[in-house]
Amino acid sequence: MGGDVSLAEQTASERRRPWSHILVFLAPAALIYTVFSIYPLLDTIRYALYTQDEHGIAHFAGLANFIDLFSLPVWADQFRNALLNNLIFFVIHVTVQNIIGIALAAMLSLPKLFGRNIYRTLIFLPTMLSVVIIGFVWQLILSPLWGVSEGFLRAIGLPQLFAPWLGQESTALVTISLISVWQFVGIPMMLIYAALLNIPEDLVDAATVDGANHLHVFFYVKLPLILPTIGLVAILTFVGNFNAFDLIYAVKGTLAGPNFASDIMGTFFYRTFFGYQLQLGNPTMGAAVATMMFLIILVGVMIYLFGVQRRMQRYAL
Amino acid sequence: MTSRSTPIFGRLLRSLLATAALAAGGAQLVSIPAASAQNLTIESWRSDDADIWNGTIIPAFNAKYPNIKVVFKPTPPTEYNAALNARLAGGTAGDLITCRPFDASLELYKKGQLVAVDDIKGIENFSPVAKSAWQTDDGKTTFCMPMASVIHGFIYNEEIFKELGLTPPKTMAEFHQILDKIKADGRYTPIDMGTADQWEAATMGFQNIGPNYWHGEEGRKALIDGKAKFTDAPYVADLTELASWGPYMGNGYKAQKYSDSQNLFALGRAAIYPAGSWDIPIFRKQADFAFSAFPPPLPEGASKCYISDHTDIAMGINAKSPNVDAAKTFISWLASSEFADLYSNSLPGFFSLSNAKVEVKDPVAKTFLSWRDTCESTIRNSYQILSRGNPNLENELWNVSSQVINGTMTPEAGAKNLEDGLASWYAPHKQ
Amino acid sequence: MTRPIARPRLGRIAVHGALLFYTLVAIGPILLILVNAFKSRRAIFNEPLALPTAKTFSLIGFDKVLAKSDFGLYFLNSLTVTIGSVALVLAAGSMAAWALTEYRFRGNALLGLYMAIGVMVPIRLGSVSILQLMVDLNLVNTLTALILVYTAQGLPLAIILLAEFIQQIPRDLRDAARCDGIGEYHIFWSVILPLLRPAVATVAVFTIVPIWNDLWFPLILAPGNGKQTITLGVQQFIGQYVIDWNAVIASLSLAIAPILVLYILFSRQLVRGLTAGAVK
Repeated sequence: MGGDVSLAEQTASERRRPWSHILVFLAPAALIYTVFSIYPLLDTIRYALYTQDEHGIAHFAGLANFIDLFSLPVWADQFRNALLNNLIFFVIHVTVQNIIGIALAAMLSLPKLFGRNIYRTLIFLPTMLSVVIIGFVWQLILSPLWGVSEGFLRAIGLPQLFAPWLGQESTALVTISLISVWQFVGIPMMLIYAALLNIPEDLVDAATVDGANHLHVFFYVKLPLILPTIGLVAILTFVGNFNAFDLIYAVKGTLAGPNFASDIMGTFFYRTFFGYQLQLGNPTMGAAVATMMFLIILVGVMIYLFGVQRRMQRYAL
Repeated sequence: MTSRSTPIFGRLLRSLLATAALAAGGAQLVSIPAASAQNLTIESWRSDDADIWNGTIIPAFNAKYPNIKVVFKPTPPTEYNAALNARLAGGTAGDLITCRPFDASLELYKKGQLVAVDDIKGIENFSPVAKSAWQTDDGKTTFCMPMASVIHGFIYNEEIFKELGLTPPKTMAEFHQILDKIKADGRYTPIDMGTADQWEAATMGFQNIGPNYWHGEEGRKALIDGKAKFTDAPYVADLTELASWGPYMGNGYKAQKYSDSQNLFALGRAAIYPAGSWDIPIFRKQADFAFSAFPPPLPEGASKCYISDHTDIAMGINAKSPNVDAAKTFISWLASSEFADLYSNSLPGFFSLSNAKVEVKDPVAKTFLSWRDTCESTIRNSYQILSRGNPNLENELWNVSSQVINGTMTPEAGAKNLEDGLASWYAPHKQ
Repeated sequence: MTRPIARPRLGRIAVHGALLFYTLVAIGPILLILVNAFKSRRAIFNEPLALPTAKTFSLIGFDKVLAKSDFGLYFLNSLTVTIGSVALVLAAGSMAAWALTEYRFRGNALLGLYMAIGVMVPIRLGSVSILQLMVDLNLVNTLTALILVYTAQGLPLAIILLAEFIQQIPRDLRDAARCDGIGEYHIFWSVILPLLRPAVATVAVFTIVPIWNDLWFPLILAPGNGKQTITLGVQQFIGQYVIDWNAVIASLSLAIAPILVLYILFSRQLVRGLTAGAVK
């Protein structure tokens, strides 16, 4: 009879019980998480303070790697290039991906939409596929040799628009970013769709009673209410983008050409750590690059947690 | 990556995890070291050759040594070095390692990852030149058994040439005349090469026509000594010639990858394919038209011809392999005349480095080989010593060559870029 | 009862038009690959958009793929790693979420925060040390290494989701059981766990998708000797046979097929899982 036991007795009985069970419950998760997630990260930061000689022995070197990373042209140019490209990559995702995602979610959440489930299922399909598949499929489509995209442009009367987008420095990064957007738009779509579904009918009704049409309802009622979700999507996109690697590796390889035009932090990290062709890998410098990536992501998350999220009003629904 | 400061932690964890794994009955998930002593795995970048290795070469070996099972496990060429190094560091590399020439393999030997092969029967079948690509700087230790060299040139579609009334060019001027004629005709791509993968621009472009400009070994040695610089005339001329190729390449060549180029030629849609002789087997298999080859055309004023005849491929033994003896048996067989003959003929375009007399039957391979009689041989100038630092010359050449062809860098800027990169770490080039 | 907004047919048509257009954009490339997997090499090249006809129909790509690579093995590896990781995440995660939610102890909040930051901390950045750790533990090129890493990756989000869910279980239920003198472990096992079943779908979705499609860790930790996952296997196969378009397109189709089937079968659960857990 839970209700009959007084509060004092309840807490007393908790104190009497051995607390070892708390440890047992927490141990597996805490152990695996610490050993394989936190410890490696801290150890990488530690390893970034060493350099390796030609026989593979590591020597302590303080901040030497970081100084080289920022000052030596052979490192600094690539680092700066990768960072800038990563920012562009992120901006394209936040704008194109999230706007399309919001638009799709808004349309899918319209009342009594015929075929809603089918649309949703099909549009989400690319997200389920591995990036290797996506990368290669799009390479084939955009390939000047196979001619699918060229033929398509010719069919709609715009043959002069065709260019080897993946091979030109000016368009390679944007093209790959758009391919990535194409793949992952399903995630913001689903998250925002869920948030939209949660908006109580009363609010929508109140607005429509006042004479608002669907567009009004969306921009003045729904959008403000889903801003927290949009914020969450933005920060998840940020973390994901500054961690990204798979698509560019699958499409352009480790060199992220042409002339490093598609090089982002993830590929720069991989190439530094594992080396490429005749260039040997440099694990300590790789650790330094990883540390920088971690700091950048940390700064972004801090800005979000303390700058953005606090300011967002959470409406009690 | 070698031993670091956490051996105790690692050991403790290992025992913890092992216990847990056993308790959970998950023992089958933890890898058990291979118990079979006579299984060999070959690491290689020659993914195109997998069928021949598995179907022809390894069975021939097994005819002599039935108890040693060999598996050919290639990695795509652009990923090979990085993947191999990672596997060697992690202890999961195969028993037999296909060795890149010079510095790349020297580094492996210095790290103790390759076994010296001086005592293996058959090493005496190779000349000092052949061995030099896989020896320590003092020439005292050889760490890979040489296998073959490759020659560079231009493969062309004989039927297209006949149709357009063309004959193989001897000079660069003639070369450009032919290119113009093919382009004017409009049906075929004159030069079949792309810049998406970058390495073809350097290997089948820069290093292909280059020896004619820098006079082969003379120029290469001068670069190493610091007497020649990349900003000198021969190298700028080489890059200038490359820069002129863009208009003759296929539509959208900037996104054309190596396999696209191979496909394009094999489908009969291109006339001339800047080649390494290793491309011959692919075209043998897939092209249904007659094709032949011509050597790199001579630049204006040149009378002596040079070809890139590059000691390309060798086989070494992983020092940590559990089957070193079986590996040594295999390596010894690779030095035999039986293998030399088999390799050169089942993979025409790989020319055995062995002293054994080999009769090459493939006509196009024979053509490539015949150039050794009229032209002087040299190896690619970026492989010995000049790719030891950062930025290494080979990767830089890839970048500069493809940019020059793409038109995003002038030949002069490209040459300066190469020289500056080299000068940043290589003493003889620091002024 | 909502009062229906007067629906001009034009507005709805525009919406359907936009959705149809985007749906085509989304699945078009995939259909293209599936269609071309059944054509001969020349047909792929010359008429990429055409459906396979009696003349161009060919299964040669599939023959090559199945003969030259271990697709079945790769699929099995992916399955093992994914199911193993999800099982471990659910087991360890639910226990930790229960402990964090139910018991008041010093450092509860701090520990909760510690586990939660893992969502924002990308585990890949520790790869240098993870690889070294696996070398020291002799786990390189094993599926175990992947399972451990993916579990660590999936735990933070799982704990957050499960904790939220557990908080919704009525207090009375938990206290009632305790009142009857049942031990803590027993409470967890027979009372809490069965109630967590709806949350399993959510956690599973958020855990499975990133693991199944991941290229990074298989590439670094288990790249060879029959331990490849299907994502890595396809990548390596393509790299190796890239000139052979039949084989490549067939291999892509074989990689797409199981996901497609599973997705169609479980799409409802998937969506429910995504939308239920994402709201908070």
